[in-house]
Amino acid sequence: MLYVVIIFLCLSLLMYVLLGGADFGAGILEIFTPASMREQLRDTTYKTIGPIWEANHMWLIIAIVILFVGFPPIYTTLSVHLHIPLALMLIGIIGRGTAFVFRHYDAYQDDMQKVYNFIFTYSSFITPFFLGLIFGAAIGGQIDPEAMGFYEAYIHPWFNLFSISVGVFTVAICGFLASVFLVGEAKKPKVKSVIIGKAKLFIVFTVIAGGLVFAASIIDEVPLVGLLLKEWITIGTLVLATIAVVVLWMKLKEGNKMMVRFLSGFVVTAILLAFGYHYFPDIIITKSGENLSVFNSSAIGKPIDTLAWALLVGSLFILPSLGYLIYSFQGSKEPNQANG
Amino acid sequence: MDDLFAARSQMALSLGFHIIFACIGMVMPFFMATSHYKYLKTNNPLYMDLTKAWSKGVAIFFVTGAVSGTMLSFELGLLWPEFMLHAGPIFGMPFSLEGTAFFIEAIFLGFFLYGWGKFKPWFHWFTGVVVGISGLASGILVVAANGWMNSPSGFDFVDGKFLNIDPVAALFNDAWFTQALHMSLAAFTATGFAVAGIHAYMILKGKNREFHRKAFTIAIVFGAIAALLQPISGDISAKDIAVRQPAKLAAMEAHFETSKSAPLIIGGIPDVEAKEVNYAIKIPGALSFLAHGDFEAEVIGLDQFPEEYHPPVAVVHYAFQIMVGLGMVLVGLSLLYFLSLWKKKDWQLKPWFLWLFALATPLGFIALEAGWTVTEVGRQPWIIYEIMLTKDAVTPIPGIKYSFFIFTAIYVSLAGIVSFLLYRQIKAVPDSLKKNSQASSNT
Repeated sequence: MLYVVIIFLCLSLLMYVLLGGADFGAGILEIFTPASMREQLRDTTYKTIGPIWEANHMWLIIAIVILFVGFPPIYTTLSVHLHIPLALMLIGIIGRGTAFVFRHYDAYQDDMQKVYNFIFTYSSFITPFFLGLIFGAAIGGQIDPEAMGFYEAYIHPWFNLFSISVGVFTVAICGFLASVFLVGEAKKPKVKSVIIGKAKLFIVFTVIAGGLVFAASIIDEVPLVGLLLKEWITIGTLVLATIAVVVLWMKLKEGNKMMVRFLSGFVVTAILLAFGYHYFPDIIITKSGENLSVFNSSAIGKPIDTLAWALLVGSLFILPSLGYLIYSFQGSKEPNQANG
Repeated sequence: MDDLFAARSQMALSLGFHIIFACIGMVMPFFMATSHYKYLKTNNPLYMDLTKAWSKGVAIFFVTGAVSGTMLSFELGLLWPEFMLHAGPIFGMPFSLEGTAFFIEAIFLGFFLYGWGKFKPWFHWFTGVVVGISGLASGILVVAANGWMNSPSGFDFVDGKFLNIDPVAALFNDAWFTQALHMSLAAFTATGFAVAGIHAYMILKGKNREFHRKAFTIAIVFGAIAALLQPISGDISAKDIAVRQPAKLAAMEAHFETSKSAPLIIGGIPDVEAKEVNYAIKIPGALSFLAHGDFEAEVIGLDQFPEEYHPPVAVVHYAFQIMVGLGMVLVGLSLLYFLSLWKKKDWQLKPWFLWLFALATPLGFIALEAGWTVTEVGRQPWIIYEIMLTKDAVTPIPGIKYSFFIFTAIYVSLAGIVSFLLYRQIKAVPDSLKKNSQASSNT
């Protein structure tokens, strides 16, 4: 049953990065859009993600619950040593979720919209940045449970080049996912061409940021490049991802919207898969080398079994209704929201 | 401000904030569905307007509840890692089920809010009902997890180790039912009176009276029924903790010395040093009766516990008085409402009647916060009752007070913005009504 739990953990993290990521990306895109186009972009974003955005963020809750029920040492080690970036990410989550809804449900459209938009866009940027940074810090090997000093214990594990570069990379991926996703939703040719431009821009960003991650891993002596290139599965997935990016670039304009979406999802999944395969089963790499893995840190016996059953039964309810939700609101022409 | 106090304050603030939004988010969908039902049955467009107006409120409260709930799922680890390290696998089951319930709620809220004109009317109505039911289920599950902290079960505690863990037994701990019942009724009472109070005020202002009267009626019927049932649930809870957590009951009642035919102490100022309560009304034997159903029964006092394990008596005592006092006010108002329904229909339009309900708007929530203060502060100094001390669970990272200050600022501004939004929504109701009726006459 442990494997069921591990699969759900990976799945919910993947779904969060893909769906939540596209969601964050929509906000990041706003920062990079000229003011004259912003209103139309916002409109497209709202029509597309409005109905499903709450559900997108539930994946994070599922992942966090799996962590604290099934792998408490991992949850608490991250909570203690990455307290500061986690708190900053939470501020982003609070700001973003509320601003997205508030700006839509404010009964009057006045200057308050500027406040909501400001909070929405910048927290869309901050949240995935710290999420990526936390990922980076977990595998960066700088977490030291024995550390005594404040800096060594609570700052250095995440305030390093490698973690920051993973944060930047995550932001780029979110922008990439969102822009590719929105290409298919834009109705007006002008909006569409702007979004295609952004999609290409974010592909370039993602590639550069990916390079940064590798450069930072060399500088910070995180054994990433060498190991990634040793295993044929990781090489294979990364090569496939690269090919997918190239195809995506060429097909952005005239390609079928489902196909380009699929490709963008594939690229991100492949990258995560390569990382995941490389590090499996470790989740936290510590300074001393006593890593925390899904095997040595899992709860044993009944807690894992009941968690697995809860997840299996839960998914019987969640997946069909989520599927129907996405299906129902796909390509909707008119938003039929409650403001009549 | 030391780190333990800062961590406790931050937790209290986060929970206190979340609880309001969570309650409204789980109860309002039932009001909304009732109004929607009335619309589908009567075709009266006012009910359609009301359903839509309330659904906007639900959207605003739901998102605030959702983000503050996400915050809490991290905060448990950020502030209490030692607690979560051991408790996670034991009391995790309600949380994993709650994850599902909450997910379903978010999905169906999407269906409901964006589904106007998209789905068959009764399917659309049904999605709203699912929002309410899954929200209520989430609430009950989270309260069951809290119940485990008050009444830990589902494991053997041997030499400081948690062995033979049984998450199902932990979920069905001795406190889950009494707490979940009391909390669910409290959520309906508080939300019902708050919503009814706002609409009563709007009737007084004389705008869209028909609309606000319909809204008032739906909200107050839910609120009043729950308020009238609450004393029964409170009695079950009192008898339960008299046996299970006597120190908490003793603190609630400022009952310092174990005694037979113990008096019920109403109000007063507890003097912890002198172990007495000044200026209180004392009803002889009443505490024994309420706790054990017998005027002569012995009620355990704080003297049975070492002083280091006493909860802060004054806070718990005052909070308990506030909860019960306000609960009784709401019971009175509920009786008044049903009396008016039965005998004096015309009262319902009288300013004094409406003012009473308008003034009662915040009372349910104040009582609810006071009740949680009793539960949480009354459990101190334990985080897991008689197993783990709160001070042993706190995070080792220093400087928690800065985190507390930052999150206080965030929550205060959020509360401000939500109130502002709500004010504007209510102010805009006349406009949107006109728009809606125009829209419906066009189609």
